Amino acid sequence: MPSDTIIEIKDLTKKFKDFTAVDNLSMSVCRGDIFGFLGPNGAGKSTTIRMMLSLIEPTEGIITIFGKPLASHRKEILRNIGAIVEKPDFYLYLTAFKNLEILGRISGADISRKRIMEVLELVNLHERADSKVKTYSYGMKQRLGIAQALIHNPELIILDEPTNGLDPMGVKEVRDLILHLSREEKKTIFLSSHILPEVEVVASRMAIINKGRTVVEGEVQTLLNSGNFMVRIGVDKLHDAQILLENSEWKKHLEKSESELRLSLLQSDIARVNEFLVRNDIAVHSITSTRSLEDYFLNITQGEHS
Amino acid sequence: MIGTLIRIELSKIFSKWRSFIGFIAVTVLVPIIQVAMYSEGDEYFNLFTQTLQQQFDFAGNMTNGFLIAFVTLQSLYVHIPLLISLVTGDLLAGEATAGTYRLLLVRPISRLQVVTSKFIAGLVYTNLLILWMAILSLGLSILVFGRGELLIVGEKITILASGDIFWRFLYSYYYAALSMTAVASLAFLFSALVENAIGPIASTMAIIIVFTIISTLNAPFIMAIKPFLITTHLTGWKFFFEQPVAIDKVITSAGALVAYCLVFFTAAAVIFRRKDILS
Repeated sequence: MPSDTIIEIKDLTKKFKDFTAVDNLSMSVCRGDIFGFLGPNGAGKSTTIRMMLSLIEPTEGIITIFGKPLASHRKEILRNIGAIVEKPDFYLYLTAFKNLEILGRISGADISRKRIMEVLELVNLHERADSKVKTYSYGMKQRLGIAQALIHNPELIILDEPTNGLDPMGVKEVRDLILHLSREEKKTIFLSSHILPEVEVVASRMAIINKGRTVVEGEVQTLLNSGNFMVRIGVDKLHDAQILLENSEWKKHLEKSESELRLSLLQSDIARVNEFLVRNDIAVHSITSTRSLEDYFLNITQGEHS
Repeated sequence: MIGTLIRIELSKIFSKWRSFIGFIAVTVLVPIIQVAMYSEGDEYFNLFTQTLQQQFDFAGNMTNGFLIAFVTLQSLYVHIPLLISLVTGDLLAGEATAGTYRLLLVRPISRLQVVTSKFIAGLVYTNLLILWMAILSLGLSILVFGRGELLIVGEKITILASGDIFWRFLYSYYYAALSMTAVASLAFLFSALVENAIGPIASTMAIIIVFTIISTLNAPFIMAIKPFLITTHLTGWKFFFEQPVAIDKVITSAGALVAYCLVFFTAAAVIFRRKDILS
């Protein structure tokens, strides 16, 4: 295991009677990463996270965090982890301040009033510190969830769907907060999300899992730059351009569309298609290539399903 | 750390409204019994001693604080398990229902620490409720009705001298605390088994009611299992009002209750440590 690897998961399996939720899953997260953990519903993301936090006992496999096996160094490891697991549930009959005070003390940290208010301010809840959590909206609870994950100043932060239930402004705030924690405070962030553009914007590395197995893992940009791009070409004579391409080597790249010219191309082929069209008297006025994580994710998971 | 956890658990218990239901119930019911005894006490006493009064003359303050405390203890003893299990049955299952296991168990504390601190906090609550019941039923009764001899009509008639009663009540309350600790432990075990707080309360009460009914039957096989039923030992506080005190029965029943507490706690701890948190 490289020295900068903070999480190493090897051959992790979890079976619930006859159902295998996580199947021989392996992946690694490096120190300082914002690691995107993606997968369709039921892929085994939450079960994996629960095993990483010792909420669930693995059937097989090894989880190593901070270079130590979780099974034998649980307390030591958890002291340095802050986490949100699925829904933001709290002691509703207590105030936000009291919730954080309790959770901070259980985390073994010396939590001062100043620290609690600092964290509440970070998630913009400082003005409601003394309100009972039962009076909070879902979005406020989600932000309080982030606060409780940060209260003891952990090195590794595991966030399971942290933007669920937030309005667009809230989503942006969480995204900015994640980037702040990574860049300014040098935290390692393990981010599970079904909002794929969210991961695309913030994550440096990612893993996609499906049916409990890792489908792909690597640098987000490297993964995005491999494979085909969806290229939209704006031309003056659409019909002519379509006929031209249908009778050329680019036929197999052409996507069916009557309103625009759409091709599935490798990045290196985009310029060649442009040249081909111009040489054949088709004026090209725009080329838009898109390759989103969403396309990539859907391609991969649909491929798995088929 | 365990001290911190116990303090946190106690603060959680006493932040919930439901935790005060027991105290409110005792605070309301004890004075009601006392007022009833104040106005109807002599008639009540005459009713229970009707046949005795044909052969004996009763003189002095018979409807005194001790008699009322005894009646109160006997009446409330049936209901206290419900009030106890309302809180102790919620200790683990309540976290599952609220989804807060996910907050608690991702912290650097062992599950054994969690289960132990919750159990101890539950015992503190149980003992505080019994203490409150003792203060109201004995303290207030003596204050209002004064002291006097205590006449107990059971399988045999026992008359205890005024100066020979107070210590018996003290031991009875100690015993009651132990009995209710066993009930609390049973509710706690059910609390570790399920993920909804109603289940442990209903299960604990079902066991107490069913076992109490079984205990009243005299079939030979029931007589054989009777010593092993928890309900057989819950009412052992009455042994302190026998003359002389049935110390061998007290030791046997108290020993059985301690064993029940240990078995229930150990089972709860083992179950909780192995539990996958899916809530």
